[in-house]
Amino acid sequence: MKNIIIVAGFLAFGGGAFAQDIPKADPATVEKYVQSMWSKASPEWQARVKLDETQRICSETSNTPSQAQFDAILAREKANVTYPADGNVMGDWKRGMVVAQRGTGGQFSDAPGTYQGGNCFACHELTKEEVSYGTLGPSLLGYGKIRKFEPAEAKAAFAKIYNPHAVFPCSQMPRFGHTKFLTEEQIKDAVALLFSPDSPVNK
Amino acid sequence: MKRLSVAILATAIGFGAAGIALGQSESEKEIERYREMINDPMANPGYLWVDKGEALWSEKRGSKSASLETCDLGKGPGNVEGAFAEMPRYFADADRVMDLEQRLLWCMDKIQGVDTADVVKRRFGGPGVESDLQALVAFIANKSNGMSYKLPLAHAKEQEMLSVGKALFDRRAGQMDFACATCHAEEGKRIRLQGLPDFSKPGKEARMTMDSWPTYRVSQSQLRTMQHRLWDCYRQMRHPVPEYGSDGITALTSYLVKMAEGGEINVPSIKR
Repeated sequence: MKNIIIVAGFLAFGGGAFAQDIPKADPATVEKYVQSMWSKASPEWQARVKLDETQRICSETSNTPSQAQFDAILAREKANVTYPADGNVMGDWKRGMVVAQRGTGGQFSDAPGTYQGGNCFACHELTKEEVSYGTLGPSLLGYGKIRKFEPAEAKAAFAKIYNPHAVFPCSQMPRFGHTKFLTEEQIKDAVALLFSPDSPVNK
Repeated sequence: MKRLSVAILATAIGFGAAGIALGQSESEKEIERYREMINDPMANPGYLWVDKGEALWSEKRGSKSASLETCDLGKGPGNVEGAFAEMPRYFADADRVMDLEQRLLWCMDKIQGVDTADVVKRRFGGPGVESDLQALVAFIANKSNGMSYKLPLAHAKEQEMLSVGKALFDRRAGQMDFACATCHAEEGKRIRLQGLPDFSKPGKEARMTMDSWPTYRVSQSQLRTMQHRLWDCYRQMRHPVPEYGSDGITALTSYLVKMAEGGEINVPSIKR
C-alpha cells in the first residue's frame, strides 16, 4: 500500500528534477532507515537521534511549519527556558569569548569530558578582529550596543541561546540550554560577550 | 616536475581558504587553476588507489578463489564502464537497492567468499590500514569519467530510497538539532571560512561536489569515498557513528546523486 502511494507520486514527478518534487517518504519508513543506520550505537547515542516533537515538525516541513505548528512549537519551547535563579543573565565576556571560539565536544570522536563549546563563530560574525567567521547566522557585530545594553534585551538573548525555538520556531540554531550542551554559566558568559560595553563585539 | 606540481598544489589549497577574503574573481581564478591541475593523473595520488583497485578487481581471492570480474554492478557481469554513474540502483538478485560499496561487499561475499567483516573493518584507510573498498571504488568510479549521473528510478525500491534520502537530508536530530540541510540548503553560505555547497536543489553546486567524489584528501593522505564523507558529516552533526554500508547512507547518496544529475564526473579529484 505504501509503495503504491510512492509510485503514484513518482508518476507525477516524471522527468522534472526539483528537490521539492521528490515524493514525501512515509515517516515510519524513514525511522526504519534511521534505526538500521545506527543499529550498533549505544542506547545513549540512539536516544540522541530520536526526534522530539519540535524536531519532528521542523524536519518534516523542511523548517517551514504551518501557523498552527509554529504556535505550538513557540508555546512548548518557551515553557522550557530556565532563567538563572537570581535573575542575573550576565557572566564574564572573556570566558564568553572562549565559548564563542571553541567548537569541540559532542562528537563521536571526542574523548569523554571534552570541553563543549558554543562555536558561535562557526555561523556568526561577532568581532572586527576575528575574520574567520561563518555566515549561516546573522552578523552579531555591535549586538549589545545596537540594543542600548538594555537588561530586557540581554534577558531575551539568554532565552535565544538557551532555546532559539522559543523565539523563532524551526530556527537553525541549536538549543544550547535546553539540550544542556552548554551550562547556564556558559550561556551567561556568551550573553556578557554580546552585552558588555567592554566586549570586542561592541567595539 | 612532480615536486613542482605538489608545490603549486599546496599554494592552490592555501588559496582555497584565503580566497573568500581575497574577493571572488581572484579566488575563482585560483580555483580554476586548481581544477586544471587536478585533471593531471600524474599529479594526483588518488590514482594510486585506482591502480590498486584495478588489480583487486581481477585478483582471485576468498574461499572460492574467484575474482570480482563476474560481479554485476548494474551494467552486466564484469562491466564497470558507466556503472558508478547509475548507482545506487536496484539489484534483483539481492532484492535491494545498493550503492557501490554495498554492492562490492555483496559480490565479495557471494562470488568470492571473502570475509567481509574484515573488509569492513578496514573500510577507512589510514596509517597501517589498507582499504580494499576505497581502492575498488576509486577504480570503478573512474570508469564513469566524462559521464553524467543518472539515478535509476524505475523500481519502487529505488523511488523509496530517494524519498527517504530527502527526508534524511532534512531530518534534524542530536544534541545540536542538526540536519544536512542546516549547512547545505542555501547558496553562498560558509562555516568559518569553509564554503558550503547547496544540496537542497539540483544544480551546479551539487554537481561540482558529487562529480568530484571519490577524492584524494591531502589532509588525510587517503582516497576517500562518499561513505567516509557522510560518516564525517554525521560526526560534525553530533550524531552517532553511522553504520558503514547501511541503507541510510545509501538513501542519502541516492538523493545527492539525483541533485547532481547533468554534470560530468571526473574522479578521483583532489581536495584539501
